[in-house]
Amino acid sequence: MHDSHKFKIPIGPQHPALKEPESFSVALKGEKIMGVDIRLGYNHRGIEKACEERTFLQDVYLVERVCGICSHSHSTCFVQAVEEIAGLEIPARAKYLRTLIAELERVHSHLLWLGVAGHEIGFDTLLMYTWRDREIVMDILAQFTGNRVNYGLNTIGGVRRDIDASQVKDALKAVDTLEERTKYYIEIATSEVTIIKRLSGVGVLSYEDAIRLDAVGPTARASGVKRDVRKNDPYAAYADVSFDIITDDHSDVYGRTVVRLKELLESFKIIRQVLHNLPAGPIVIKAPRKIPAGEAISRYEAPRGEDVHFVKSNGGEKPERAKIRAPTLANVQAVKHMLKDRFLADMPIVIAAIDPCFSCTDRAIEISRPGEKRKEVITWPALHDYSIGWHREHGIDFSALNKKLKKGFKTS
Amino acid sequence: MSQEEIIVNNLKEKFPNIADSIKIQRPRRIFLEVNQAEFREVFDYCVKKIGFPHLCTITGLDKIEKFELIYHLAQDNGNILNIRTSVPKEKPVLKTIINYYAGAEIYERELMDLFGMKVEGLPEGNRYPLPDDWPKDQFPLRKDWDPKSLEK
Repeated sequence: MHDSHKFKIPIGPQHPALKEPESFSVALKGEKIMGVDIRLGYNHRGIEKACEERTFLQDVYLVERVCGICSHSHSTCFVQAVEEIAGLEIPARAKYLRTLIAELERVHSHLLWLGVAGHEIGFDTLLMYTWRDREIVMDILAQFTGNRVNYGLNTIGGVRRDIDASQVKDALKAVDTLEERTKYYIEIATSEVTIIKRLSGVGVLSYEDAIRLDAVGPTARASGVKRDVRKNDPYAAYADVSFDIITDDHSDVYGRTVVRLKELLESFKIIRQVLHNLPAGPIVIKAPRKIPAGEAISRYEAPRGEDVHFVKSNGGEKPERAKIRAPTLANVQAVKHMLKDRFLADMPIVIAAIDPCFSCTDRAIEISRPGEKRKEVITWPALHDYSIGWHREHGIDFSALNKKLKKGFKTS
Repeated sequence: MSQEEIIVNNLKEKFPNIADSIKIQRPRRIFLEVNQAEFREVFDYCVKKIGFPHLCTITGLDKIEKFELIYHLAQDNGNILNIRTSVPKEKPVLKTIINYYAGAEIYERELMDLFGMKVEGLPEGNRYPLPDDWPKDQFPLRKDWDPKSLEK
């Protein structure tokens, strides 16, 4: 192919919702991706530095705002480290309530992802249905915590809100509905040829590469890596509940879809056990204002994978250091590998498949031709349309499936 | 003997000069400290001989007179080995560990940007996480850094 067909396309970088928004600069030869250059940090807000200037308790609320989707993940991970340093053994009921909100958060996050994935491949009916279903779990979260996101449930020494019997009843009912829906999505995803063909062999990450590149969460588990902090390094009430680590050996976007869908069923299992066996008693114990000198590393299985917080106290009211490593930072490095030698048309779904919340905002894509001053700008939606059109020309069309899904639900 | 004790005894036998620093803080959490000169040997032994397939992250700390680094290595059974080492502030140079963990690149770039450490052996690449036009002598996670110095 002639050299003038080599393009460099910068994608990104602004993304207001994450600690790690990304910018991908893509080198293209024809339709094929020759290499991807990733630039991170555009929205680095200096939260670690800000933590050093605030009290431990203020930091609980600050770290909750690292991510809008897995807010409970960060605050739990942080308070666990602080509680370990202070030697606080929190009440059993608080551990169960933390687990409950953690799994509800995973359900809302995975359903959100499923919708985004559907949208990226042109299966928009799936987006509409999963986001409608997601409202069921958002209502339960709002009922339990008072908020749809940034729940403010955690405090050092336990949790701030209890739940009563009627709320338990509502949640159990919601879980039944969600489970029925999820099973239907699993049936669609595992039997519909259009989906299987569209997602199989896309964004491949082998088992060896997943380990080598330190991938985490569903991204790693879909490559057969049996790692889940909830099981390997149990925290909150996870040692008391039974559930399975979901893995898959497809090692592609299809595998990542299957893993997340099946993880939803495991979450429902955990939520039911927690609601049925909720221990009686207090939800919080008194924590000191000054945290004794010490350090701790805490891990948490966020919806996107392993979240890591390291906290060091020098005996004062403020931490000497609070280090946060969010799961997307670990996974974004694997994306580079997944995209190499793939088609530009697969880029939206491959990026979306690590669940970086990358796709929820529009962004401009700049196409520059080497040796030419002129630059073309296309938007993320245009790339999305290009991707769907490209695959339609190559025989993958979701129109029929969109109609079929609508019929699959009983009208209520 | 617990899994943690097996690892600790193994390390104490192999590296008697750092034996005092090797501690089990709580189940699944082991801490040890080693000076920069011996770091490579201890790190190599831990990764290759004992086996820690996953790097959680690298934490940098400003201890005023020196920089401290903690490498958090994990096993699939939940054990985390925290290897602490330090570099002098006047010469904050360390060697990359990307030959052990390819994923470490981004964590090392973070140390360069936020603390001003130098990591030898990293390939050419984008900085992380600070912007390209960030002043060269400003390192936000240093304890003596004042955000006001940006306003000059």
